[in-house]
Amino acid sequence: MNEVIEEKISTEYKYGFVTDIDADNAPKGLNEDIIRFISAKKNEPKWMLVYRLEAFRHWLTMDEPDWAHVSYQKPDFQDIIYYSAPKPKKVLKSLDEVDPELLKTFQKLGISILEQERLSGVESRVAMDVIVDSVSVKTTFKETLAEKGIIFCSFGEAIQEHPELVKKYMSSVVPYTDNFYAALNSAVFTDGSFCYIPKGVRCPMELSTYFRIEAAGTGQFERTLIIADEDSYVSYLEGCTAPMRDENQLHAAVVELVAHKNAQIKYSTVQNWYPGDKEGKGGIFNFVTKRGICIEENSKISWTQVETGSAITWKYPSVILKGDNSIGEFYSVAITNNYQQADTGTKMIHIGKNTKSTIISKGISAGFSNNSYRGLVRIAKGAENARNFSQCDSLLMGDKCGAHTFPYIEIKNNTAVVEHEATTSKIGEDQLFYCKQRGIDNEKAIGLIVNGYCKDVLSQLPMEFAVEAQKLLEVSLEGSVG
Amino acid sequence: MLSIKNLHASIDGKEILKGINLEIKVGEVHAIMGPNGSGKSTLAAVLAGRSEYDVTEGEIIYNGENLLELEAEDRAREGVFLAFQYPIEIPGVSNINFLKTAIGEIRAYKGLDPMKAKDFLMMLKEKQKLVEIDRALVSRSINEGFSGGEKKRNEIFQMAMLEPKLSILDETDSGLDIDALRIVANGVNKLKSKENATIIITHYQRLLDYIIPDFVHILHNGKIVKSGLKELALELEEKGYDFIKEEVEA
Repeated sequence: MNEVIEEKISTEYKYGFVTDIDADNAPKGLNEDIIRFISAKKNEPKWMLVYRLEAFRHWLTMDEPDWAHVSYQKPDFQDIIYYSAPKPKKVLKSLDEVDPELLKTFQKLGISILEQERLSGVESRVAMDVIVDSVSVKTTFKETLAEKGIIFCSFGEAIQEHPELVKKYMSSVVPYTDNFYAALNSAVFTDGSFCYIPKGVRCPMELSTYFRIEAAGTGQFERTLIIADEDSYVSYLEGCTAPMRDENQLHAAVVELVAHKNAQIKYSTVQNWYPGDKEGKGGIFNFVTKRGICIEENSKISWTQVETGSAITWKYPSVILKGDNSIGEFYSVAITNNYQQADTGTKMIHIGKNTKSTIISKGISAGFSNNSYRGLVRIAKGAENARNFSQCDSLLMGDKCGAHTFPYIEIKNNTAVVEHEATTSKIGEDQLFYCKQRGIDNEKAIGLIVNGYCKDVLSQLPMEFAVEAQKLLEVSLEGSVG
Repeated sequence: MLSIKNLHASIDGKEILKGINLEIKVGEVHAIMGPNGSGKSTLAAVLAGRSEYDVTEGEIIYNGENLLELEAEDRAREGVFLAFQYPIEIPGVSNINFLKTAIGEIRAYKGLDPMKAKDFLMMLKEKQKLVEIDRALVSRSINEGFSGGEKKRNEIFQMAMLEPKLSILDETDSGLDIDALRIVANGVNKLKSKENATIIITHYQRLLDYIIPDFVHILHNGKIVKSGLKELALELEEKGYDFIKEEVEA
């Protein structure tokens, strides 16, 4: 099969457009030549190109899903630039070469990579990979991590340096056949982060990737792969921003996590893509596939997400609990304001015996927005004594927004215990007045009440992130009441 | 300190207060009594600045300022405190965090530096003792799952922490058993000083056994129909509200 495709590639290639290897952007549009351009640009081995083309051909046979509770003008996939390198920053030797504007943005968010580099050698720090548009700009602390045998690098680098690991694990959790956006991502992904924690190693610092879409009309398709080998532990943070633009931009990432025996992966996201303006113009379409597998016994995967940005969010970080006694967790805060739409939740697939999962979802809707929780708990036939607890709360602010809950439960083993709790509430005038009577104004009061409402989720975030997340919640809801 | 003149207020077009006149000097404790529906809680709400009530006539001067022109949060920052009849629950927000935020806001309003964490904790400890509130309650979410008595006690604790100039206690005695009543009253008595004033709104006389008012006013149908010294409360207890009604209508 592969040979046939490879042959096809080499024959078709000469009919393709002339690859301008010096170009920083691919031309708009998507076809096999663009994929070859990306692959050539990244100097990829042939197997990678073959994978991309297989994914692309499969993607052509698929339809964009429309079951989510969101409505939008479907993107024109031929009107997107699939590869864009930030211009002068192709090869950066040090942080001094990073665009000062970009550094300013990091500082605004309290993520100062400069600071972090300066603090090398000091305890409690964050190793960071920065992805601007499609290219990994800088990975900090690589050497420090290498001493422990930890691999933390850009995905592109991993393809070059650790092809055996990439080949083994990529697509093993999210195959390109999984869904429309995963197939698209598999065809055109340009970079992302790769992380491997060897046996018995507890990663001594938070690993972090910071994503940013900069250029206009660009799509961002990054790929993240994290492997925690036996008895290892890693905590991974992901942050995202994009500048304000009138048009919608597409972000379709794939994140795959693999936890081996006794390993634990904690994955935290603070998502703050540009949500569009007050009238609902512009903003990021965030169509992301995130999935982890607890492939062996006693492993654990926790997803924590704070979703405040994006015009549309379509995202279901999931865990396949294959190993016996494995644990999956999903903690989520999703805020929608103005005309934002979010359809987010999780899937917990119980396959192994004595597997446990916890779902805590807090949705907050304000303005004219719509916020949906969609979650699946599946207990397979052989999953003896599986346990799930789900709690889905919705908070409404004002009377023009919507909150929806779509829980799906499939149980094929009668020893399972599955609990589901759901509440819907409103921020009361009484609560706001109570705060005011103590000297706390409206904005601060909303921040306080919302943070209290989300406490169970926020407390799961690492310290550095929790502070940023709290601020974001307040900013996202500015002017939403009164 | 507080001067209310010919205050008329209504809600949804219905007039509740129909010309209240009241003078309160610093250091004084005033009790406002009256039957259900006489306008006691409305008076408290108007003083605190609840926006549902429209003030249609009259004025409220507080420390030389027109209170009605201040937003509710600014009234609080200027030292007006309302102990709620039904304290509100705010899940997930600890009392400590709430009070820290409130004190921070009040200090910022006055142009003062934020309170040092150490000083705040010292104050917390000291006031906790003063109003005899359980430490566990203080670190729990605001009023969430508190019993009626615990909620009322928590109001007094907040009052102790915020050190207001004018405290309005709206039916603080309702729902309290005799022990809780004594503890709450003790707290209020300890917080009383020459620099502040207290308005106690109550239906029954029993709280006034513990907190001795300087003046008692009887509210009936939106007006203060009788004012007197603490003995008036006893008389009222004895004869019931009907005697006031008869007197007014006669």
